[in-house]
Amino acid sequence: MARIVGGVGTSHVPSIGAALDNGQQDTPYWKPLFDGYGPAREWLRELAPDVVLLVYNDHATAFSMELIPTFVLGLASEFAPADEGYGPRAVPVVKGHPELAWHLAESLILDEFDLTLANELDVDHGLTVPLSILCGQPDEWPFPVIPLAVNVIQYPPPTARRCLALGQAVRRAVESYPDDLRVAVLGTGGMSHQLSGARAGHINREFDMAFLQRISDDPEALARMSHVEYIREAGNEGVELVMWLVMRGALGDDVREVYRHYHVPASNTAAGLLVLEPIEHEPA
Amino acid sequence: MSLSREYRQIEGTVVQDGSQSRMGYRLNQCLYSLRHEANRRAFADDEGAYLAAWNLTAEQRDAVVRRDWSEMLRLGGNMFYLMKLAAHEGRSVQHVASHMSGTDEESFRQMMIAGGRRPTRAEGAS
Repeated sequence: MARIVGGVGTSHVPSIGAALDNGQQDTPYWKPLFDGYGPAREWLRELAPDVVLLVYNDHATAFSMELIPTFVLGLASEFAPADEGYGPRAVPVVKGHPELAWHLAESLILDEFDLTLANELDVDHGLTVPLSILCGQPDEWPFPVIPLAVNVIQYPPPTARRCLALGQAVRRAVESYPDDLRVAVLGTGGMSHQLSGARAGHINREFDMAFLQRISDDPEALARMSHVEYIREAGNEGVELVMWLVMRGALGDDVREVYRHYHVPASNTAAGLLVLEPIEHEPA
Repeated sequence: MSLSREYRQIEGTVVQDGSQSRMGYRLNQCLYSLRHEANRRAFADDEGAYLAAWNLTAEQRDAVVRRDWSEMLRLGGNMFYLMKLAAHEGRSVQHVASHMSGTDEESFRQMMIAGGRRPTRAEGAS
């Protein structure tokens, strides 16, 4: 059977991708952030997952106000980096895993998670920046990726509790797949930030620190938080953090923290990176 | 089930809810159209004609023409859609965010380097 072998929470700030694309990662502004990525890259290289499920949000790229699906699963065999207004990022095309993706689609919908299914999907910085953070600048991404896009830019996003429950269902779905695939799950977005309004620039380090701890120890507490609490504490766009809970749910009850990195600022955002592994319990 | 609008009490924050989206639908779709290069060229060639085709309200059209980002936000514009216009003109998120928060871009950048805007007492730390 397939198994979930690891999880990563990471920001997906577009300027991190731009810094890498423009060779600025060693400048004084960016170096402290990029220096913190090394251990996570090494961990992922050693883990060498067969497939990655990448939970992210689209930023008015593939979806407009015309159609606002809450959860979208990408089924295609490849996903092109999108033109977000200044030409597509010069990064490799993202290869999908249609067989596992269709298995997830069928399992999750029968498990009462009513996903939208996408056979065509261009992917924006929300998906490609986490790959750059974790893999650098390879000629090809080292694993196939199944995109799971979550609406967080039109209120209301799915609740934190729903995201955690979806992750738990992802775990059941993966474990019902017959082949021995090793699957990693990435939850992206956050951490605290607010891009618009008079409160733009809001950063709440204390909240971020508590979030990084609780996602391991007490994800239920994070699932109980309402949107208004996420927005008040983490900022208008900090609500993206609900996507980390999909990743956390997929890891099962108990996890071990492998690595943590936190830095302010990445442009207008607190950037976080958290590596988790599931703790497998022997059947009683 | 009754809906809480408690998020409207968060100071300096416009949550893109249904009423904002209803007001801003055509504005956002207009800005979204700028993700295509041909549209960006048409917009640059004749902004007035381009905007006229989108049937915006007079207030929205003026806000776009004046690049009044705060006003676009108030009139239903979503930040990620506003960024389509800003990016087209080489403006950063910090440019737009500094305008919305009443400062200049360099001061905003320095505030972020110094750790960002601190939460108020009401927002608290968890």
